[in-house]
Amino acid sequence: MIKYMIRRLALAALILFVAVTAMFLMIRAVPGDPVQIMLGPRATPELQASLTAALGLDQPIWKQLVIFYSKMMQGDLGVDVFSGRSVTQIVMQQLPYTLELIFASIIWSALLGVIFGAYAAANPNTFWDRMIAFVSVSFIAAPAFVIALLSLLVFAVQLRWFPAIGVGEGFWSRLHHVVLPAFAIGLSWVGYIARLVRASMLEVLGEHHIRTARAFGLAERRIIMVYALRIAILPVITVIGVGMGFLLSAAVFAEIVFARPGLGKLVIDSITTRNYPVVMGAVLVSTGLFVLSTAISDIVNAWLDPRSRQSL
Amino acid sequence: MSDPITDKETKVKMSDHRQSEFLKIVGGVAKNPLGLIGLIIVGVFVFCALFADWIVPHDPVGMNIKDRLQGPSTTYFLGTDQLGRDTFSRLIMGSQVALKVALPAVFGAMFIGLTLGMIAGYGPRWLDNFLSLIFDTIRSFPTVMFALAVVALVGPSLQTVVFVVMATSIPIYGRVARTQTLALRNSEFILAERSMGASLFRILGIHMMPNIIGVLSVLAAMDIPTVIALEAGLSFLGLGVKPPTPSWGSLLKDGYALIRQTPWLIVAGGLPIIIATLGFTFLGETLRDVVDPRLRKNR
Repeated sequence: MIKYMIRRLALAALILFVAVTAMFLMIRAVPGDPVQIMLGPRATPELQASLTAALGLDQPIWKQLVIFYSKMMQGDLGVDVFSGRSVTQIVMQQLPYTLELIFASIIWSALLGVIFGAYAAANPNTFWDRMIAFVSVSFIAAPAFVIALLSLLVFAVQLRWFPAIGVGEGFWSRLHHVVLPAFAIGLSWVGYIARLVRASMLEVLGEHHIRTARAFGLAERRIIMVYALRIAILPVITVIGVGMGFLLSAAVFAEIVFARPGLGKLVIDSITTRNYPVVMGAVLVSTGLFVLSTAISDIVNAWLDPRSRQSL
Repeated sequence: MSDPITDKETKVKMSDHRQSEFLKIVGGVAKNPLGLIGLIIVGVFVFCALFADWIVPHDPVGMNIKDRLQGPSTTYFLGTDQLGRDTFSRLIMGSQVALKVALPAVFGAMFIGLTLGMIAGYGPRWLDNFLSLIFDTIRSFPTVMFALAVVALVGPSLQTVVFVVMATSIPIYGRVARTQTLALRNSEFILAERSMGASLFRILGIHMMPNIIGVLSVLAAMDIPTVIALEAGLSFLGLGVKPPTPSWGSLLKDGYALIRQTPWLIVAGGLPIIIATLGFTFLGETLRDVVDPRLRKNR
């Protein structure tokens, strides 16, 4: 198990290394002088020269890469072109808002998804099972940003049940602000999780210990809720790691639509002002988060199910 | 999956057999109510996209300031936007843009993924490890974040969207093609070809590919709604196709800016995206069940 953990984390580090290097080279491969693009056509040559030196762009490419990595290891992702603030600081300031949104989405969608999936598996091939299957597919297909826009229109602008912009302060206000964006990006996950739980539940219900429980005359409700669900729920825990990537993507749209601060809003705002160090810093952090969460979910999966350890 | 064709007689009948196979698949899809709904929606969508130039009642990019921000009427079925452009015409044109992005991106990704996947599965171990690492790396970016990084570097355009979509979905096809190739590489018909000295191109292109392409086509069908949503999403952020090209996403962008004055713009832009993605998903899911029930993992 320890051996698997080390190998899995090493793979994550390798993937992150390749990803970061590729991104770094991509920035350099783009035609045009980055300094000129950032400063605009009217910048003086002195200003251009000083920014070139400040960004280390006068060094050979391999040296730039080495400097970039050694700085990154110390948690330094460069500086904001305009304000001169540290990118790490800016990104870390926005990160909690995005995480808040993602966790809120995971919690409500997992709860509802598990209930739907378990109910469908307990009553297979009934009307409600088919209905849940239909609703699940529809939820999975619906793009998060359209749902965000429509829910903004209906519940914030027309009905005024929820605030349309911002994150709010204090627990209840924050909760009130997170409802609509979390609803929009979690909807697909209700569908995914419901399907997943239904499938794994049906598998579990066919196993011997469930038959034994039935033979003992336990109430069907108790069998489903206590004996089957406990096992059927495991794949959900592991799928959430992969879900992180989807949620990080969907959060970009939710943050724009609801004017919430967060990583996505930061990236979009920085693209419009051509603040490349901030864009790259934020993309890097979100990629790191995704790589880490898939690694953790793989490790949890290997811990729960030793068979999957061989796959690495 | 059909068995490889071995003798001459079956080869003669092949085209005949293929056609009836196609009809059988379509028939199987239409038998399922969800599949039928999907087929109809996709049919209407493709029809709109193909004949958009003839369907539109007004010029989709023509401005008419006098009639701006009108509600739905008999002249303008779905009202007009802030520049007096007809929303209905822009919607119809938008379906063409959506298809223009989705088709090349999905087919391109499928072809490249298929090639790389077969090479990874059939080639030497180091090449397999290398390609798998590349696939894993691409998948390690959250899709939208990757798209934003690319757009930030090369600027928004239709080509950028196609490139981003292709790059992010190559690994999906690549991994499936690799697994299938690994499973087949030691099967008898491949060994027989090798013992007869067939070239690598012949083995992979003529014997391996037909056994993989079915699964990949189903994946592609299921990938199309994701691609349509991504294109619309990027255009909504102002980072997809450039104005005045009418994408569904840019329609939503205008609607979002005017959400308090003209709510119908968001509804008119949002519903087609939802309906189209639903239609393609229903079709893709049913297609998967008909073509290859083994892919039906989490149901």
